[in-house]
Amino acid sequence: MSAPVPLTHITRARNGRPAKRRAQFTVNGEPVDVLFAPHKTLLEVLREDLNLTGTKHGCELGECGACAVLVDGEPVLACLVLGLDAEGRDVTTVEGMADGPALHPIQEAFAQYGAAQCGYCTPSFMLTAQVLLEKNPSPSRDEIREALSSSICRCTGYVKIYEAVELAAARMRGEEADILEEAIYGR
Amino acid sequence: MQDATKTSRKATFPTGIAGSGMTSVELDIPTSEPPVLPPNEDLSVVGKRTPRLDGRLKVTGAARYTADVRLPNMLHAKVITATVPHARVKSVDISAAEKAPGVRAVHVLERLLGSAVVRDSSKEIASKYPIVRYSGQPIAAIAATSPGAAEDAAKLVKVEYEVLPFVVDADEARKPGAPLVFPAPADMAATAGGGGGGGGLTQAGNVRGPARGGMFGPPRGDVENGFAAAEVIVEGEFRTQVQTHSPLETHGVVADWRSDGLTVYSSTQGTASVRDELAEVFGLPKTQVRVITEFMGGGFGAKFGAGNEGVLATHLSKKAGAPVRLMFDRRTEQLAAGNRPSSHQKLRLGAMKDGTLKAIHLVNFGTAGVGTGAGAGGPAQNMYECPAVLTEEADVFVNAGPAASFRAPGHPQGCFALEQVIDELAERIAVDPLALRDRIDTSESRRLERRLGAERIGWSRRKAPGSDPGPVKRGIGVAQSVWYRFTDMDSACEVRIARDGSVELLSAVQDIGGGIRTALAQVVAEELGLQAADITVRIGDTNFPIGPASGGSVTTNSITPAARNAAHDVKMQLASLVAAELGVEPSGVVMRGGTVAAGAGGKSLTFRQAARRLKTEQIAGLASRSANYSDGKRAFDRYGGVQFVEVAVDTETGVIRVERVVAVHDCGRPINPLAIESQVNGGVLQGISYALYENRQLDRNTGHMVNPNLEQYKILGARETPVIETILIEEYRGRSSTDAGGIGEPATVPTAGAVANAVYNAIGVRLREMPMTPARVLAAMAAARKEGGRA
Repeated sequence: MSAPVPLTHITRARNGRPAKRRAQFTVNGEPVDVLFAPHKTLLEVLREDLNLTGTKHGCELGECGACAVLVDGEPVLACLVLGLDAEGRDVTTVEGMADGPALHPIQEAFAQYGAAQCGYCTPSFMLTAQVLLEKNPSPSRDEIREALSSSICRCTGYVKIYEAVELAAARMRGEEADILEEAIYGR
Repeated sequence: MQDATKTSRKATFPTGIAGSGMTSVELDIPTSEPPVLPPNEDLSVVGKRTPRLDGRLKVTGAARYTADVRLPNMLHAKVITATVPHARVKSVDISAAEKAPGVRAVHVLERLLGSAVVRDSSKEIASKYPIVRYSGQPIAAIAATSPGAAEDAAKLVKVEYEVLPFVVDADEARKPGAPLVFPAPADMAATAGGGGGGGGLTQAGNVRGPARGGMFGPPRGDVENGFAAAEVIVEGEFRTQVQTHSPLETHGVVADWRSDGLTVYSSTQGTASVRDELAEVFGLPKTQVRVITEFMGGGFGAKFGAGNEGVLATHLSKKAGAPVRLMFDRRTEQLAAGNRPSSHQKLRLGAMKDGTLKAIHLVNFGTAGVGTGAGAGGPAQNMYECPAVLTEEADVFVNAGPAASFRAPGHPQGCFALEQVIDELAERIAVDPLALRDRIDTSESRRLERRLGAERIGWSRRKAPGSDPGPVKRGIGVAQSVWYRFTDMDSACEVRIARDGSVELLSAVQDIGGGIRTALAQVVAEELGLQAADITVRIGDTNFPIGPASGGSVTTNSITPAARNAAHDVKMQLASLVAAELGVEPSGVVMRGGTVAAGAGGKSLTFRQAARRLKTEQIAGLASRSANYSDGKRAFDRYGGVQFVEVAVDTETGVIRVERVVAVHDCGRPINPLAIESQVNGGVLQGISYALYENRQLDRNTGHMVNPNLEQYKILGARETPVIETILIEEYRGRSSTDAGGIGEPATVPTAGAVANAVYNAIGVRLREMPMTPARVLAAMAAARKEGGRA
């Protein structure tokens, strides 16, 4: 990340709160030009000023991982980054994963597998998995575990998340793959 | 609805477990009930693995959670919480905050929800404001034009406290002379998810109770006689910690008060429960309170009713004349939004040498903070056949946030103790733990589940406790679940067919992640001969027919019969319109595979063609849950569930690693096995996380929680996730028009107990205290060595 804008550059408004600052960056390929209070995190700018609520707010402490986005292609916790730090960067959120109506193979696999249960942590897992698969098209289960360990899932239980990432990886490698069937006794 | 002069008819239902000998039962059911639904193998949509209808919304970020709701002119709220664990609030000065930039409203709470209340209000400490009884207790809230402005203004609120003595440690709180949390006996109501505790119990100091007996009645038999007759007695003392729900989406609402009614977007497990509480607090007719929950990010039992957050936001909206968004921050979520009570259980069990149980006696002291409902006796009362069972359970009040129902209240903690003691009994009488359970457990589903799980995990390779060579020792353990098939009768659906052939279901029921949206579509699709994706499901809105609160594994059992009955009603309306054209009686019209036909091989129309025959643009069927089918002598239905766990314990570091879990479960007729597996996975992982990591820690010197976050409050993550294999059995009982059950609670009940039994098998030492941290493992091993040396 670039160095933050020095605080001395921030002028004070009359009500005692710092005046808004302007930042220009791209979000999901589109240039944006936003005016916001300089203390705002990238998470707040995305959700409040750009209305991109797919990026979730879980703890605002960098602990739960729900706010992961990609900045210049790397996973970053948006609650730990100032919005001003996005200046000149390329930000990708879950809203930018699909190609128009066509879902990304990771999205397809998450939906198909039920890897999104309540769905609140899902965007962060998918974006992190996207970076993993770009770098490593055939990750082992342990490599997936490691790569996804920055986000907490409280309800699905990770297993279907791993399986979905493995399914997406296989499809992205051009293999024919379908979801695993679990045994139901008596069938 | 149909209403014949004859009110009931005989119907024959499949019963038993598919693949393990099915039989049937004839029951009298109301004539208005649809025909018997055959077993899943004869169905085309129900019972099939079906991707969630809302999957696309969730993976594109388009699913709107309460935290995502943005309304025009919406204000942002900040809650002011208590900074001390026990105090009388002398004054709350909001004058500076009210004048702060951007502030539109300030509200100070007059009445606190979610806490026990002094039974005789004249004995409560005299105070203008609610007494502060835990650090983090909500006191007031501010609404401003931005979150930052609300936060800044919150710092200007001056709360003056008259500090009172406090106690946060449950053992200390039990001692004579401990600071009193309540000046007189106090009670708390249960929520839709359970919890709470019986009213009117005696209270001495901070100890309320004990309550004797459980939800199915008073103590059974005479334990004194039972122990006298027993040939073997095993006993143990067990402690379990406080666990917080920690949903990723915190508690919160967006409240929009208008002259024509109140609309509240709420992250809740019960839309109707939020409506009812707000209607009561604000004196509004229920019809003027609308609660909407499109998507919600986890609740696990803590999200019922409006809560203090809902009441505060509504007051602020009313005062400001604008919608107000109030989401708890993570810290407040940890302190004030519910938790699983602790337990301190002394469990004694008497048996004959063949394993036959003679007596079970449980004495338990648990703390639910300033709430009640710390009982853990369910498994002891209900798992095994035993002529004498006595449970004596007391709530210990401490100055900490109130408990809330948490996924199978009392049961994971109860199983942690009971299932270990059962294993100890097996060892004492030199019987395999599974063989002992085969002798003393009358549940046919668990019998099969034990066999299936044992085969899958490879029980036969299980070694003698602690016999692995080397520092890392592996072990296999088992534990069982018990839970109950509760039904929420406040469950209704409307199913509509439009003239273009599109089908819509409406209900206030909310999808908390379990996937009820998809299950409802499957049930309606099955009835109408369509596919799940053909059904538009509109739920999570109290403007629709009432829905059950999603707690206690009641949702699927409660709402799917209403959906099927409504679908059947509208189906018969459509059938009547086309019957003559098809040349059959309406009852002879078959809807299958997208066609509407006069039986097999008869004249047929597509569903769309049939719908075009509607005389009006739309027809609809409305049905409420009808009573469970019964012959008047059937016992309350229970769920089983057996989990097998394989662990590796590093005896040098004390680190326990769960490597593999085989979870075998039943939930009546499974509707969507794909979603059920997710629920089981989630239940297992919450159970492991509870067993090994999670622990709300309170500083006894300051009364504050030292880990009110998700970093020091440790939750199992991706790295600690084992392989989980789920085996589901299909069990039929002829209980309703779908005969479906729930899975949320059973999936987490046995896990911690199974981990503990596996740890014993690995190292030959019992862990009787949770979480089973490396330090506790090492300490238990050291204690065992010392004991062994002395002997």
